[in-house]
Amino acid sequence: MESFDIIIIGGGPAGLAAAVAAKEEGCNSILIIERDKELGGILNQCIHNGFGLHTFREELTGPEYAERYIERVKELNIEYKLNTMVIDINSKKQVTAMNKTEGHFTIQAKAIVLAMGCRERARGALGIPGYRPAGIYSAGTAQRLVNIEGLMPGKEVVILGSGDIGLIMARRMTLEGATVKLVAELMPYSGGLKRNIVQCLDDYQIPLRLSQGTEEYFSCDTLLLSVGLIPENELSQGLGINIEKITSGPIVNDQLETSEEGIFACGNVLHVHDLVDFVSEEASLAGRNAARYVIVSAEMRESLAKINLIELISGKGVRYTVPKYINPIKMDEVVTVRFRVDKVYREGSIRVTFDNNEVWKRRKKIMAPGEMEEVKIKRQDVMSESKLQNITIEIIE
Amino acid sequence: METKELICIGCPLGCMMNVAIEKGQVIKISGNSCQKGEQYAKKEVINPTRIITSTVIVKNGELPMVSVKTSEDIPKDKIKDCMKELKGIIVEAPICIGDIIVRNVLGTNVNVIATKNVRGQN
Repeated sequence: MESFDIIIIGGGPAGLAAAVAAKEEGCNSILIIERDKELGGILNQCIHNGFGLHTFREELTGPEYAERYIERVKELNIEYKLNTMVIDINSKKQVTAMNKTEGHFTIQAKAIVLAMGCRERARGALGIPGYRPAGIYSAGTAQRLVNIEGLMPGKEVVILGSGDIGLIMARRMTLEGATVKLVAELMPYSGGLKRNIVQCLDDYQIPLRLSQGTEEYFSCDTLLLSVGLIPENELSQGLGINIEKITSGPIVNDQLETSEEGIFACGNVLHVHDLVDFVSEEASLAGRNAARYVIVSAEMRESLAKINLIELISGKGVRYTVPKYINPIKMDEVVTVRFRVDKVYREGSIRVTFDNNEVWKRRKKIMAPGEMEEVKIKRQDVMSESKLQNITIEIIE
Repeated sequence: METKELICIGCPLGCMMNVAIEKGQVIKISGNSCQKGEQYAKKEVINPTRIITSTVIVKNGELPMVSVKTSEDIPKDKIKDCMKELKGIIVEAPICIGDIIVRNVLGTNVNVIATKNVRGQN
């Protein structure tokens, strides 16, 4: 059986960054498996700008951002397979996949990085009836049609849900000559980034109706749904990996390792991000740790596995944290904990408590569910508390 | 004196800013957390600009469309005309990132450039 030290499932932003970081960490046997005909994932259809402000200190479009990583993957001679669908991963870390040229095959890995991304919540989840009703698309499908295929789905558009892709498509369809009559949001706040509300809706006088719970008639030939993204974890579930209910992504420790040893997760398959820059950062960490996992001896791994993990508790106002556990011995100097709040907080504070001692507190002008928050946990702080069991992150109003 | 409320788009923070304007000049900005916000507010109130992104048709390419952008911001009121300029443009593959698709669009001294590599059909 063909084998690789690290197999990365998915060649989007997460998979690419994980591969580059693993290679830079010294791993020379890496394979990326991508189901589409090109690397880059969803970035290929995100032709708008605003990517890379954190990573490259400049504003790039999605395809440009992807190309930076694709170039790096090629420079580093990292192997990849396109048009290849992974259908199973088993607990022996054997990956079964298929494509047109090789047929059905199984390859062995020492470590695996899950980077499959997410998919859009579909019509069925909203109870919109019918068998493929004409004119109803997810925002991402419309984005693909317009930006990749060069096809316009319709002329009079209503968008349900105010996720970022919906906002971006409101502008895109308007620029291509359609009339976007309304973006309707059930919640009292938008699920999208502020900058998208300003630049995609306000710039074009497209109305955003929040708390849209009442009945009103709008004629349209196209309905776009932008009602949330769901991590694509069928492969992880097949492996029996523990999944966090809130995120629908794997539960991970500070190494971004799942409940299955040597299997790491990053990017939108782990939890849905708003900014690709943070996906790249997170994926680099997963790639580095996968490379270290391959290098470290089995005995060393076993002794490290015996360390009592510190649990991160999502306190009041915090929906979830990634990671969920920290290994105090293995942890990096600084561990970034990412989380989302449950509603909009103005002038609230983030508080970090070690068991019962407050160790950090910061006031924030605004926090919203649509924008991911983070806190940094320092190794020196963790080490100075003996027998630390829990770290609680909460929001104080 | 006139005041305008603005949401800063300089970064994902999205600061709510208040801008006081007198005789077409910005006299006070509040609510911003950094220099970027101040610069954005001044520009947005007096001379708003945007980077425009779109796609144009590719002939003989492995993909039917190539994504493009204005290499710099152009005035916000030129967005519609810029889109009109791009309509109907057909380019021939191969196309590389940075290739100029439209030179000096609408006399702005800004080029429209490709943002994706599109190889020719085999």
